[in-house]
Amino acid sequence: MDFGLTEEHEMVRKMVRDFAQKEVKPTIKDWDIRQEMDPKVLPRMGELGILGICIPVRYGGQGMDYISLGLACEELEAVDTTLRVVMSVHMGLNSMALLQWGTEDQKQRFLAPQAKGEKIAAFGLTEPGAGSDVASMNSTAKRDGDEYVINGEKMWISLATKADHFLWVAVTDPEAQDPHEGMTAFVVEAERDGVTSGDIHDKMGVRAGSTGWVNCQSVRVPVENRLGEEGEGFRIAMSCLDNGRYTVAAGATGLIRASLEASVTYANERTTFGRPISRHQLVQQKIARMVKDYEAARLLYLRAGWMKNQGQRNTRETSLAKWYATDASFEAASEAVQVHGAYGYSAEYDVERYLRNSKGAVIYEGTSEIHTLIQAGYALEMRKDAGLRCELPAYDPEAWQSEPETAAAH
Amino acid sequence: MNIVVCVKQTPDTAATVTVEGGQVSWGDSPLVLNPWDEYAVEEALRTKEAHGGKVSAVSMGPESAKDALKQALAMGCDEAILISDEALEAADSLATSHVLVAAIGKLDSPELVFFGKASVDSASGVTFAQTARLLGQPLLSQVAGVTSIDPDSATITVERLLPEGREVVESSMPAVVSVTKEINEPRYPSFMGIRKASKAEIPTWGAGDLGMDSVPKAKVDWPEIFAIQQEATSCEVIEGETPEAMAAKLADRLLEEKVI
Amino acid sequence: MAGNIVVYIDHVRGDAPPASWEAIGAGVELKAELGGGLKAVVLGKDVKALAKQALTYGVDEALFGEDDRLEDFRSEAYANALHGQLGEADVVLFPDSARTRDLAGMLTVDLDTGLITDITGLEITGGDLFATRPIYAGKLMSKARVIEARPALITLRSRTFSAPEATGGGEPTRIEVDPGEALTSVVELKPSEGGVSLTDAAVIVSGGRGVSNNPSLEPPSDITDEKEIEIWRAHQGFKLVQDLAGVLGGAVGASRAAVDAGYIPYSHQVGQTGKVVSPDLYIAAGISGAIQHLAGMRTAKTIVAVNTDPDAPIFKLARFGVVEDLYKILPPLTEALRKRLGK
Repeated sequence: MDFGLTEEHEMVRKMVRDFAQKEVKPTIKDWDIRQEMDPKVLPRMGELGILGICIPVRYGGQGMDYISLGLACEELEAVDTTLRVVMSVHMGLNSMALLQWGTEDQKQRFLAPQAKGEKIAAFGLTEPGAGSDVASMNSTAKRDGDEYVINGEKMWISLATKADHFLWVAVTDPEAQDPHEGMTAFVVEAERDGVTSGDIHDKMGVRAGSTGWVNCQSVRVPVENRLGEEGEGFRIAMSCLDNGRYTVAAGATGLIRASLEASVTYANERTTFGRPISRHQLVQQKIARMVKDYEAARLLYLRAGWMKNQGQRNTRETSLAKWYATDASFEAASEAVQVHGAYGYSAEYDVERYLRNSKGAVIYEGTSEIHTLIQAGYALEMRKDAGLRCELPAYDPEAWQSEPETAAAH
Repeated sequence: MNIVVCVKQTPDTAATVTVEGGQVSWGDSPLVLNPWDEYAVEEALRTKEAHGGKVSAVSMGPESAKDALKQALAMGCDEAILISDEALEAADSLATSHVLVAAIGKLDSPELVFFGKASVDSASGVTFAQTARLLGQPLLSQVAGVTSIDPDSATITVERLLPEGREVVESSMPAVVSVTKEINEPRYPSFMGIRKASKAEIPTWGAGDLGMDSVPKAKVDWPEIFAIQQEATSCEVIEGETPEAMAAKLADRLLEEKVI
Repeated sequence: MAGNIVVYIDHVRGDAPPASWEAIGAGVELKAELGGGLKAVVLGKDVKALAKQALTYGVDEALFGEDDRLEDFRSEAYANALHGQLGEADVVLFPDSARTRDLAGMLTVDLDTGLITDITGLEITGGDLFATRPIYAGKLMSKARVIEARPALITLRSRTFSAPEATGGGEPTRIEVDPGEALTSVVELKPSEGGVSLTDAAVIVSGGRGVSNNPSLEPPSDITDEKEIEIWRAHQGFKLVQDLAGVLGGAVGASRAAVDAGYIPYSHQVGQTGKVVSPDLYIAAGISGAIQHLAGMRTAKTIVAVNTDPDAPIFKLARFGVVEDLYKILPPLTEALRKRLGK
């Protein structure tokens, strides 16, 4: 078992790290205070290919593997969570779902421009009244000829006001015996008549990002925009979460690392009672705990990424990685504030931002409570993974890196 | 145009560097492409993008220097060559220049050879001058901007950054160019570049491959390396009857201590 | 080792930096230990005066080679002209500069010898001349020597050695030099625009919260809002900081407190969340020295603190401290330095 990262992975990690540290870190605190997203971030991530990192070249992506996605998320969130949130919704929840479930036509129409960063993608599942209880959602999609008419409001949508394409889940069969069989997934373009959106401010964290609501008022989308079959919506949404959660797990790992590095630096500089606080055992304990959590979180997400590369179903492993890393990142950030004392409580240092950012991750993409039940379910065999009609493609370097065939135009 | 860029692998500038028993160590910190050389690689790539041709990255160093060359490949260089030989371990900058000149001789008559300003470890900053002299080619050093290159008339015009201002200089090609960090912003490797670089085979040339029967002996050695003792600073409080007197005394002290 | 020492007088069109005379100082010290002769050599278009000046610093002989083709410093031309003059030398000392590194680099090829650059110390041990120089950005030092080759070419870091007293005299000796073909030509020299970047500056003068603290400073009558008055006062304080920086050729920095209070833009902020700097000289005016600020400038070679509070943490890091109001100290300090630096 080789626990080392390949040379390629190391170079990917360094590239994303250099970008985040050099171009985002210097001003991120200001954007956080202003509760605005730096307008340079999305175009730059698109330019550098990060928005298409693990999508095959023939679909406009960079042809790297799923571990590269995880490594990129770790480096992005080590600077600020909002950078990783972009990857979670644009790549994890939306683009990878298109890769997994989309028709060839949908991949060309939606996935390719997304992977190139020409279009920004987001995910519309959560509603004001439906979070953990997905099946209780209200949004509807009624078939009318060769179109669907979509109504409903989604909330807590990252990149709500920035995205061009939403992966929207709505109820197509309100009469269904099992509401889980009555939902369908669609791609809704933001420019369609009836689509409106707005920003939500004053969140505790992730303030340098864009979170908002999206409303569909009699929005008509062609049948060609339906992702998968009618009734598959819930299953598709859950498989989206397998990928979104993976990015959250990797990102939270980066947050633990950032908390650890900040704490080590500060502990070596600050002196109390005649010595650097790094010499005090209770401070050492906090740092040791962060190391433990970082290493464990890292191995968990890398394993999930490896399984995705192999084409293995990884719902359980990804849920475990997300749960572990996010809980640990909240703890690590809190302890990092503690290590910094009063300075940690002030915005002068970064650690209070880490803490505020970390709290969101234990709520979204499956609350820690939901993951607790998921893991118990697997352990007690009350829960089993049903097969999926479409699996996330395994990583195939040759196939993914070959240029699009210049066959006759479609 | 055929372009060569000479690079070196050095410890990361953030590394804690220590010495024990004459051996320098940088702990777990990674070895990287010399930061000054990134600007040289970038300028070489931009020159190729403007005028067509090929960029070859060359480095003299141990086997690990292949990682620095891979970084250069990932940024977009077309090929990379490592020159490595036991006999070169104690080489000084003049010996290094002889070796680089032999290597350049084996590459298709480059019109331009780029260097960074200095390496962050030994920082002698003379290899490019020696290389130019050995090649008998014009030296363009401290280059902060390339104003124009005309491959047809084989001329190049650059701006050199000097303390007294920007000197605009013209010369013929082939020429040796050493660049400063004002010249450009080095690109990140692209993902495609990373893929190509990780798959690339980097040939290693020894002295024999360069057609050198013997390697020039180093004329400089450095038998002692030590760490500087950190003195505890005690603050010298400047006193005076009036603020003007204090100011005058401070000015004098600063000049006496050669602070300015 | 034998002791024929040559000192190369570096200059830009007849204007020699103090480092050239410091190099003679180093030569004088070496001569005392080695015996032998001490010559100065200078090349250019009109450089007899420079050679004469070298003699006042105590060299035995000052050689000058003049040629129109040497008017602008061109490394190939100067190397062509110089290498024939160094046959008898054991050691050639250069003040360190980009020019002399290029020149000395080329001479190593012409003379097949060794070059050690940017040295901060010279000593003779066991018959060998050792040059101490910083490596790894000054984190370590090495002692290097030229072996089995002559002459040893050495460039000396400026402000390390002292120029001797200018008490000597004599007449310089003209030498014939052949610069040969120039390989590059100067089209023009665009003078510097000024404005030093904070991270590159060798000298930084920073202002802190204290710059606004001058209650006796009356604002213009149209400024009545308390906050606006505070900022106006701060701007006056930063003008003093700028003046001092100007006379030292340095950049202006600020503490986070000053930036947060709106006294000066964020681009000037020095500190853990601003820029990390490592200048030769850092003058902190009205800055208390919070750990966040110290993290951004603690590696400065020399720190000078000006603060009315004698217990301010910054004094613990400072080499020189003045416990006085910056409004009272900065103007006379600027003047005193202006006089002494001849600006």
